[in-house]
Amino acid sequence: MNIFLILIAYIILTPLTGGLLTGLDRIITARMQSRIGPPLLQPFYDVAKLFSKENLVVRKAQNLFIIFHLLFLIVTGALFFCGGDFLLVVFAFALAGVFFILGGYRTSSPYSHIGSERELIQMMAYEPMLIITAIGLYMTTHSFNVFDIMSAGKPLLPQLLGIFLGFLFILPIKMRKSPFDLSMSHHAHQELVKGITTEFSGPTLALLEIAHWFELILILGIIILFFPNNVWLGLAVECAVFFLVILVDNTFARLRWQTVLKASWLATFILGMGNIFILSILKICHS
Amino acid sequence: MSLFCAYGTLHGNSFYFSAYSSWASILIFVLEALLSLYIVTLGIKHQRPLVVGLVLAQFIAITYLEFFSGHHLEAKYNFFIDQFSAIMALIIGIIGTLICVFAIGYMQDFKHHHEEQPDRRPFFFFLLFVFLSAMFGIVFSNNLVWLYFFWEVTTACSFLLIGYTRTEEATRNAFRAIEVNLIGGLCFVIALGILIYSTGTIEINKLLTISKAAAIIPVALLSIAGLTKSAQLPVCDWLLGAMVAPTPVSALLHSSTMVKAGVYLVLRFASVLQGTLMGSTIAMIGAVTFLFTSLIAITENNAKRLLAYSTIANLGLVILCAGIGSAQAVWAGILLIIFHALAKGLLFLCVGTVEHRKHSREIEMMEGLITSMPGLATFMLIGMAGMFLAPFGMLISKWAVLKALVDVNPLLSVIVAFGGAANLFFWVKWMGKLLLAITPPVGQEKDVSREEFVSLGILAVLTVLICALFPLISSCYIEPYLYSLYDKSVSMSNGNIIIMLIMLGLILLFPLISINFDRSTKYVAPYLGGANTDTPGTFKDSLGNNRPFAMKNYLLDEFFAEKKLYPIGVGLTWILLIIMFVLLFIK
Repeated sequence: MNIFLILIAYIILTPLTGGLLTGLDRIITARMQSRIGPPLLQPFYDVAKLFSKENLVVRKAQNLFIIFHLLFLIVTGALFFCGGDFLLVVFAFALAGVFFILGGYRTSSPYSHIGSERELIQMMAYEPMLIITAIGLYMTTHSFNVFDIMSAGKPLLPQLLGIFLGFLFILPIKMRKSPFDLSMSHHAHQELVKGITTEFSGPTLALLEIAHWFELILILGIIILFFPNNVWLGLAVECAVFFLVILVDNTFARLRWQTVLKASWLATFILGMGNIFILSILKICHS
Repeated sequence: MSLFCAYGTLHGNSFYFSAYSSWASILIFVLEALLSLYIVTLGIKHQRPLVVGLVLAQFIAITYLEFFSGHHLEAKYNFFIDQFSAIMALIIGIIGTLICVFAIGYMQDFKHHHEEQPDRRPFFFFLLFVFLSAMFGIVFSNNLVWLYFFWEVTTACSFLLIGYTRTEEATRNAFRAIEVNLIGGLCFVIALGILIYSTGTIEINKLLTISKAAAIIPVALLSIAGLTKSAQLPVCDWLLGAMVAPTPVSALLHSSTMVKAGVYLVLRFASVLQGTLMGSTIAMIGAVTFLFTSLIAITENNAKRLLAYSTIANLGLVILCAGIGSAQAVWAGILLIIFHALAKGLLFLCVGTVEHRKHSREIEMMEGLITSMPGLATFMLIGMAGMFLAPFGMLISKWAVLKALVDVNPLLSVIVAFGGAANLFFWVKWMGKLLLAITPPVGQEKDVSREEFVSLGILAVLTVLICALFPLISSCYIEPYLYSLYDKSVSMSNGNIIIMLIMLGLILLFPLISINFDRSTKYVAPYLGGANTDTPGTFKDSLGNNRPFAMKNYLLDEFFAEKKLYPIGVGLTWILLIIMFVLLFIK
């Protein structure tokens, strides 16, 4: 397949699917709370409305950080879906996240500041697990390249069960769901001031929303990597995971940051490192 | 001169120089004797029996080896230059020169800040130049006895420069530094002795060609010397103490060059360590150091100490690469040395300059630097981005480290993953601190001297430029070097290099920040729960009074307190060292 075609399809389809999934998320969440909920296309209406609003800032530069956040998320996703090096994808993803956090700091507002600090703690909490995922995929397929991993031709889940579970554990952090939605809650159901995004308004907030769609699709894309021989099974698991995260979001309250950091590092250590340990022992036994 | 050498190695392979003359050996011996005498006098004056004992032990051992052991200590080639030496020489030459230029302006300021002390600047610069020549000696020596001499000269320079201010604290820390380094030196001499008696050679190129079994014991001892020099756990406290020295010293000796001599030596012998149990143990020491010092750095609020911890951590990463010793690992290690020297030198110098303006080394005091000292803050941001962010240098090497580890020892790569996350945390936190500005700016940058500004600027430009040029450095220097050792070569694939360059190009668009691109944005005060006042930086409390607010960074003391983690790290590395010694005696 032509790489440019994939790139174009990626840039058009990602925001569409991301927006639709967010809309679906809002409907499911509403049903779980015995509400009817907004129409499916509500996220798109929101973004359109936000673009027509006035752009209010505390510090001018704050908006540029968000533009770069979105830009690098798009680059990260492009790298992933066009078959780049998965380790580089993880690093580029971190770069995009750093721009968001620095934007929060730059606003120089106390609420944003707390949000930034918490976002940073969350990042420290999930970062090792992402790298371990890359290492695990490499150990089973001997490549960091996304296309190579996808053409592995064998189910990876049995060998990488621990890593898969560890990845699921940190998923709510990136999807901004309870109990790990410390820096900002996506649905604002348990906070008065909207964390790191407090000072972002109008078009900039719209960009952040779009950035979140890109993020969502990238993360769901990573789950597919565990099912290289059967993409349909992967998609089915994906739907189940998506539903599970929403269910957890609606049944758990937000945790303290201490607990989040401890829990995710512990999960990374036991599930991720344990998995890698078993894989290396198997490797030694084989050779 | 270093440019000349670099050009030479670009085309040829390696050059060996006999530079043989008995008078040179005798001259070196006499200088060594004088140096020992000087340190012994200082040791007696300050009543440090340990220092005196170590110096005497080394001196007697080396004298015995040179004159009474009955072996000929003549090397066919005393000096050599290959691609690795050329890279080191470039680092020492370029960064060393820039830091010396910076020091001219800085020491003028330093004198104003320390009026009570006598002006010893000529002595200071004399030491810096002696040190730089000794560093060149280290990277060009093929004769290990000569290398040992230059090694001891850098130790002595470091000792004298740490004690430069002659305060009680400085003297105490200087003696701590020399004690640790002398223990390393003693290991060096023992390695020389074993080498002479068992293999009869003192040349690096020959040592690399003899059988692994014969070479491993001296190489392990040399590695211990390297570990002390590059301040790995369990003896990393000397580097933290060394931070009392004036900033150019910290930048030059304790981050960019001298501590690199230690990793240089270990990395030189990486091919001997490859695949051995000894190598794995050394790699573990590096990994433990990287993890623990990175975690401790999170709780550090003193800028220079944080930089010191981060330096130790990154040196740990290089040691890790050297211990693994595969071609990919050595590639990563050499790149780490290059990128780290530039970015860390820049950061140290920036912190020193800011310290003179703000009269504090606290990171919390650097709030709003982007508006009060925009130039310096930009340089610092570049330096920090260079330390941990894609697509800058250190991340390229971290990518390579992970790639090298995953084939050999995947569990170590997990340690690197955790350490990397800690790095991310404390650097972003610091960057955020610089960007945050509550009150209107007060310009504080005017009196920064031209020498300081120029050298900072050049370092900052180089930090960015090196990321664009690294494929060139890799293909012209590192790959031929690896080819000569391993008969194979590694690099980043072209596709990944292009991706890195695209990302670098995008990042370089960021200075657009200064352009007023969208005039429709409207300024508002930050949200304070409706309790805003007219004065920025204050809010109305429940009694109606104006009260200032402040934003401080998380230090995560309850998780990563230095008091808690440091002893664990020291304990773990002692166990590893004991394993090393056990391995030595079994052999």
